Amino acid sequence: MNASPRVGILALQGAVAAHQRSLAGLGVSATLVRTPDDLDRVEALVLPGGESTTLWHLLKVNGLAEPLADRLAGGMPALGTCAGMILLASDVLDGRTDQGWFSAIDLTVRRNAFGRQVDSFECDLELPAVGAPDLHAVFIRAPQVERVGPGVEVLAAVDGGPVAAREGSVIVTAFHPELTPDTRVHRLFVDLVAER
Amino acid sequence: MTENRETGTPLVKRGLAEMLTGGVIMDVVDAAQARIAEDAGAVAVMALERVPADIRRDGGVARMSDPEMIEGIKAAVTIPVMAKARIGHFAEAQVLQSLGVDFVDESEVLTPADEAHHIDKWAFDVPFVCGATNLGEALRRIGEGAAMIRSKGEAGTGNIVEAVRHLRSILGDIRRLTVADDAEIFDWAKRLAAPLPLVQEVASTGRLPVPLFCAGGIATPADASLVMQLGAEAVFVGSGIFKSDDPARRAVAIVDATTNFSDPGVVAKASRGLGEAMPGLEIGSLSTTFADRGW
Repeated sequence: MNASPRVGILALQGAVAAHQRSLAGLGVSATLVRTPDDLDRVEALVLPGGESTTLWHLLKVNGLAEPLADRLAGGMPALGTCAGMILLASDVLDGRTDQGWFSAIDLTVRRNAFGRQVDSFECDLELPAVGAPDLHAVFIRAPQVERVGPGVEVLAAVDGGPVAAREGSVIVTAFHPELTPDTRVHRLFVDLVAER
Repeated sequence: MTENRETGTPLVKRGLAEMLTGGVIMDVVDAAQARIAEDAGAVAVMALERVPADIRRDGGVARMSDPEMIEGIKAAVTIPVMAKARIGHFAEAQVLQSLGVDFVDESEVLTPADEAHHIDKWAFDVPFVCGATNLGEALRRIGEGAAMIRSKGEAGTGNIVEAVRHLRSILGDIRRLTVADDAEIFDWAKRLAAPLPLVQEVASTGRLPVPLFCAGGIATPADASLVMQLGAEAVFVGSGIFKSDDPARRAVAIVDATTNFSDPGVVAKASRGLGEAMPGLEIGSLSTTFADRGW
């Protein structure tokens, strides 16, 4: 049996514990990544939901922005949920002017596009890459995809707008698979890491 | 709109609380302070007219803030904005929901409007945070629909002792509950005066059904590190930042210490040369203890 892949979770702020529980459900003991040394120890990284402006600030302050950009450019697999999706996108609208991102997947996203918290919602979602039945998805002050690059595969959509996508070894979702007991999105990611 | 889209559900409300974990929520009284907080890496701001230290000094009845002021702060930042309603004052909460705030704090720092009933928080789409001094109080608030609990501490004192007392009480009882047998859990529910299904849930999961944050008395980076190590999932800083000598630096320092709470080297670096912290108060000298408000 193969050793389980060394998956890290960016643990500066956000739904870190929830991702940890989801991965633990798949038998993956994730490493919490707070420093460049932590990053060196993992072969794949989950970028959790949280506040993308705060996360970018903390990435800079903790000296992680550059090494993480290098690893992503080098093809490290990554799963970005909500704020994590914003950080991995190639262009961000309605962010702060000093906010940066990693351009690891060719998408343009708009922050908080679904409105404020009272507009946050949950719904059932068809996501063929993980099979039937529909996935129950939770959207919280979610970003919206406004442009999809030619190399990007859309995995799921709500009202015609993409909410999950994949390019190479990068998977992003506008929703929060870590907040529901269904671990199929995490399984998709862990399988992708293991297959490399 | 998608056919099956549901808003205002417990999962959606608790989900936002989950997104704020590991962060610092700062009290701000105007747009300029809100921008300082966001620049420092705050994960959300609490919009209010007076920070708790000033409410304590001024006395009188403390109420919900002016909607114009809350809207000014909403316009100034992109992070979530919270605002406070008085305990039991569901009309203030309705106003705050209509303004589109992201979280309502049913707060003991304001003068209570109802001395028997808290707000029925299930009736709202906006999520609520409530204070608690012990596990029973936390579970009663969750039973009423709170999506986040903050240990109360004693707001506006710059004294961490009450925050530590309340966190230890909540988390200690959770630990004790996990080793109780089924018969003992009924007795726990009775003694805590808390809903039995929630007591049973905590006994089996070993954590509250919603995130547990810490508030009331955090004034330094080491205070933030202390409460995070004790088991808080995020911190609220009220008077501690904007009542200090150098708010912008202190805000950055407290964020840094919260992120790296388990690394004393980072906390030491964050603590260097910050100037005076807010003036602190002994709990025994207080004429009003906010933490006693709530039932």
